[in-house]
Amino acid sequence: MEKTKQLSVFLENKTGRINQVARILGDNGINMHAFSVAETADFGIIRMIVSDVELASKVMKEAHFAVRITEVVCIKCSNSAGALSEILDVLANANVFIEYMYAFSEGDTARVVIRPTDLELCLKVLNENHCDVISV
Amino acid sequence: MAEIWNPSKECMEREEMRKLQGKRLRKLVDKVYHNVPFYRKKMQEMGIMPEDIETIDDIVKLPFTTKQDLRDNYPYGLFAEPMVNIVRLHASSGTTGNPTVVGYTQKDLSVWSESIARCLAAYGATRNDIFTVAYGYGLFTGGLGLHYGVEHLGATVIPTSTGNTAKHIKLMKDCQSTALACTPSYALYLAEQLAAQGITHNDISLKMCILGGEPWTDNMRKDIENKLHVDAYNIYGLSEIMGPGVSYECECKNGSHIIEDHFYPEIISPDTLEQLPYGEQGELVFTTLTKEGMPLLRYRTKDLCSLIEGKCECGRTAVRMSRIMGRSDDMLIIRGINVFPSQVESVLLELPEFEPQYKLVVDRVNNLDTMQVQVEVRENFYSDEISKMIDLKRRLATKLQSVLGISCDIKLMEPHTIERCEGKTNRVIDNRKLK
Repeated sequence: MEKTKQLSVFLENKTGRINQVARILGDNGINMHAFSVAETADFGIIRMIVSDVELASKVMKEAHFAVRITEVVCIKCSNSAGALSEILDVLANANVFIEYMYAFSEGDTARVVIRPTDLELCLKVLNENHCDVISV
Repeated sequence: MAEIWNPSKECMEREEMRKLQGKRLRKLVDKVYHNVPFYRKKMQEMGIMPEDIETIDDIVKLPFTTKQDLRDNYPYGLFAEPMVNIVRLHASSGTTGNPTVVGYTQKDLSVWSESIARCLAAYGATRNDIFTVAYGYGLFTGGLGLHYGVEHLGATVIPTSTGNTAKHIKLMKDCQSTALACTPSYALYLAEQLAAQGITHNDISLKMCILGGEPWTDNMRKDIENKLHVDAYNIYGLSEIMGPGVSYECECKNGSHIIEDHFYPEIISPDTLEQLPYGEQGELVFTTLTKEGMPLLRYRTKDLCSLIEGKCECGRTAVRMSRIMGRSDDMLIIRGINVFPSQVESVLLELPEFEPQYKLVVDRVNNLDTMQVQVEVRENFYSDEISKMIDLKRRLATKLQSVLGISCDIKLMEPHTIERCEGKTNRVIDNRKLK
């Protein structure tokens, strides 16, 4: 049972805002393993898997950003056609609803970050089906 | 020259008018002293008795009335008649839950209709005209006020109300309406919509616009007149005094004639509260000389303007008021609806999800007023799910709409981005160009 802590930051839609997030994290020696940005007409939410989530949360709050820590599931799978659909089929068949997800790949492997409505159920289903849940 | 509806009053000799006003003021003061505890108490505190009022000049001895007094006496505290004699109520939006309620007797409604008939006749309207009234019908006095005035004139009224521009345009075209009553910004919006549909002034029969409910300028008048090929006239009023029809322009378009036999105007300094001479700019104050249901002594409108003396070329002798130059408080008029920033604040204070700081950005886009409310979400209520954040926005928008009576756009801001100053900070950015 491996959960990963994800950091989310609320951002107004204005030029240079993401740079500031990246700079603050960089200045504090925090590395971003993965991130995605969800956006609407007037605001966005940047979601990140970082090297030190507690420190990141602290420094972002000090800089007056609105931050949340959310638990997500990270999976490793092969970077090949059809690999993701196999995993998603497993989750859908077990009625696991996904709020959002994002993924990135490098070489032969891909990593997928999933935020399910029911975290425990999602982990159980993935473990039962021998998916490679990783902790970051 | 247009016909004058009530020449005996509208063209009355000044000295005769002053006598009539004095007589009506004496009667009014006697009535409120004996029927409205609020006024009796105020007058007693000031050491004034009804018999101290002899001529209209004695009005300066009387107490002022403010919007706050109306709220404090919500709903019926300022009524001077028993409810059995009240036949209609109107209400305006409230700051902290209490709206201001105004009540009319049958005679008040007759005076109102007659006042509007005077306005309409001055604009050149006759029994042959067909009006569309695109003010809101309902609690707002604009729609029903104009409606009964048009009927009193003997013309035809189409109660289009607000919100359905497509149907309005169709009725204007098919029913060949000749007159339009609405806010100036709606007239401009309608002109744009007509142009977009390829409808020119040759396809419609419109010849006049009766515009009020929000401040406007001579440039807007020119624009409306050019775009719609009409004459555009001002109508002024406020629900506390009666509704639209307190003053009106004539064909000279040189100030709005005040219906002085019913509504006595004064200009005061908002700082010293001293009465100012004609010609000087200050806060407009009205006393409802003949009102029965809810008569008011020296009601402070907070509208800034000046009064113009002298007989008009049209033959009317009444004092005229200039355009409204601004407000002596922070009230905003958005799409004809009065909005106080404090109303937004009161809504935010009720919702734990939001910080009480806010900023209002008012603009005019495609001739329609827009208002954006910028707010910060409280730290514990931020979510990393877009749908939850949008839901927060929607809840606030719904709540604001129910309190303000207008829809507004919500912009969620990052924490600590809205100024937090002690005391009076400027919470409003008004980008509308009215000069």
